[in-house]
Amino acid sequence: MSALVKLADVSKRYADAIALHATNLSIERGKTTILIGPSGCGKSTLLRLIIRLIEPDSGSIEFNGEPITADTIGALRRRIGYVIQEGGLFPHLTARANVLLMARHIGKSEDEMRNRLADLCDLTRFSVNLLSRYPVELSGGQRQRVGLMRALMLSPELLLLDEPLGALDPLVRAALQKDLKEIFARLQQTALFVTHDLAEAIYFGDEIVLMNDGRVVQKGSVTDLREKPADPFVSEFINAQRGVTLT
Amino acid sequence: MNALCTTLVGRDRSQPDVQLARRAQTGALLPVFLILVAAVSPASANPIVIGSKKFTESYVLGEIAQHALNNAGVAAEHRQGMGGTIILWQALRGGQIDAYPEYTGTIAQEILRNSHQPSFQEIRDALGKFGVGMTEPLGFNNTYALVMRSSEAQRLGVRTISDLRKHPELKMGLTHEFLDRQDGWRPLRERYGLPQQSVIGIDHALGYAALANGSIDVKDAYSTDAKIEENDLVVLEDDLRFFPKYDAVFLFRSSTSPDAISALRRLEGTLDEKRMIHLNMEAERTKNYTFAANLYFEDGGRSANSVGESFPHKLGRWTLRHLELAGFSLLLSVIVGIPLGIVASRGGVIGQGILGFASIVQTIPSLALLALLVPVPFFGISVRTAITALFLYGLLPIVRNTASGLQDIPRSLRESAVALGLSPITRLWEIYLPMASRSILSGIKTSAVINIGTATLAALIGAGGLGEPILSGLNLNDHATILEGAVPAALLALLVQWFFDVLDRVLIPKGLRL
Repeated sequence: MSALVKLADVSKRYADAIALHATNLSIERGKTTILIGPSGCGKSTLLRLIIRLIEPDSGSIEFNGEPITADTIGALRRRIGYVIQEGGLFPHLTARANVLLMARHIGKSEDEMRNRLADLCDLTRFSVNLLSRYPVELSGGQRQRVGLMRALMLSPELLLLDEPLGALDPLVRAALQKDLKEIFARLQQTALFVTHDLAEAIYFGDEIVLMNDGRVVQKGSVTDLREKPADPFVSEFINAQRGVTLT
Repeated sequence: MNALCTTLVGRDRSQPDVQLARRAQTGALLPVFLILVAAVSPASANPIVIGSKKFTESYVLGEIAQHALNNAGVAAEHRQGMGGTIILWQALRGGQIDAYPEYTGTIAQEILRNSHQPSFQEIRDALGKFGVGMTEPLGFNNTYALVMRSSEAQRLGVRTISDLRKHPELKMGLTHEFLDRQDGWRPLRERYGLPQQSVIGIDHALGYAALANGSIDVKDAYSTDAKIEENDLVVLEDDLRFFPKYDAVFLFRSSTSPDAISALRRLEGTLDEKRMIHLNMEAERTKNYTFAANLYFEDGGRSANSVGESFPHKLGRWTLRHLELAGFSLLLSVIVGIPLGIVASRGGVIGQGILGFASIVQTIPSLALLALLVPVPFFGISVRTAITALFLYGLLPIVRNTASGLQDIPRSLRESAVALGLSPITRLWEIYLPMASRSILSGIKTSAVINIGTATLAALIGAGGLGEPILSGLNLNDHATILEGAVPAALLALLVQWFFDVLDRVLIPKGLRL
């Protein structure tokens, strides 16, 4: 099992605080890796460093063996899908235009785009009839499905999800969790999934990375975390959400 | 746009290739801009440009000069009511006009700034050093005078300016020029020892109305002013001989063609005071300066038909010019303002600087901005100046709204655009600008409405538009004429507002309007 993404001694500080201490981490191919931790623990920072919305102060990040730099990120972003809360859809474009935006930009053929779009609608259970709607005309769950389609459009090797289901009500959230898990399995998708919800982490996670205060505290399966906590914080975090870990 | 091009390249009228080129470029926006730039270098085959000051007699003399030149076969145009002495003098020296009617007293006091009263020959010699020539007197002396209502003067027993000393309660309403002049109010007050405390500045034409309704008791006037008889006023005798002689003459650039100069010189000694008062009265009675000027010439009756421009035609001409001024300046504001707004939206020192500059421009009163631009060599008395001033005014709303529209885009959406891998240019064109379109368009709409209103001031520097009837109405104290300009200008502003509301529906993406 080889790592798709490798972080070596990557750190990031903002003017007043350290967001991420020097961190080493590998994201395994074909697995769903969960980044979990309390607010401000550095999990989103880590994700944003990989897609290079922010630049690391030190260390290096490799994607598929090649370093991610300012020069290479342009091409790499097409091989990485990025999904955020609410989907991050552009309000002036229809669902279809949102999904096809990047494919059009790099000049994919109409045929290819049409076929891919049909496949994606199928995969994400999104009705083709809704494609001509604008984001405001869609429900939160529908918007998230469109956001997912947009991220998957170019068949990315890596999918980054930053609390994608955070703003949804429980029923919609449960349905989407189920669909997402199926999609990941079907595509054998390498995914890095940020959440603060332990139940969600357990539901998805092959690998769980627990973070606190800008550091990785422990990496492993949920059983590892529960039975061999590396740190008192691990037990504390798991016990705090005990009610739902019993599922 | 077409007529605007005509104005801007008007100096090249005799060159057919320019005309062809102009026609080809009409409608395309960028070429029009280039023409504006090209108009900086004037060609040689110019018509003679006559200027005039902002009062009836000057208008009439300007019309007479134009007519006289045309009769002599010299192409001439008349820019009516460009402003006061300094503006006309600078325009003459700067070559924006070739000749204008002036008074010897004004030349001595305001232009040459002599402390004593120079002789006619001394004035001529002094002007020669500026490259400016002067005709012999036209025949009448239009000196400054103080006037009062006849009834009031009789009641108080005021006959001379010295008599005013006995009535300190009288309210003075004086033109701004008279208040500031070397031979104006301050030295006059000193010479006569006048005690009046209530002194206000008021527009010349409005002053007559104020005098009639008793808001003021004494005002300054010109001794050939038709209003004196019309309004039953008396001229107070200048018993201490304070006011210098104001013989009317034409000033012209020495480089003006000999034909033009000799045509102007044929006017010397042909206009006595009685005749001038009559022409002034006719001008104010008919509200038509050309008609009055034609009375001066024997063939006045026959060419009077060129005078009868119908109201719809005039209105069309004013409105078209108004739209050209406002539209062209708006176009420039958009072309310059949106890129500046994009830069400003990034903040930092440059962004702050851009917004600061645009804000400062906005705080300058529009009249002052025009006055500031007129002495600058490139601008002077021209449509260019009007458009530049309007352009600067239109800048702030567009820059600010572009910047704030872009800054209001949520960070998550900006980052989504980056993370997708779109290039910076694509992000700007396909994501950021469409998302900011509502804000940008509302900035453009604000600019457009401001420009329609402010463009009425363009008439002050002879650039025409709906300000023209407003100005001459103000000058003639004729409310109907003022409304001829004011009402269409207001309607135009409403129309523009409505037009932009429609444009919103076309240009703002549907997804942002739901």
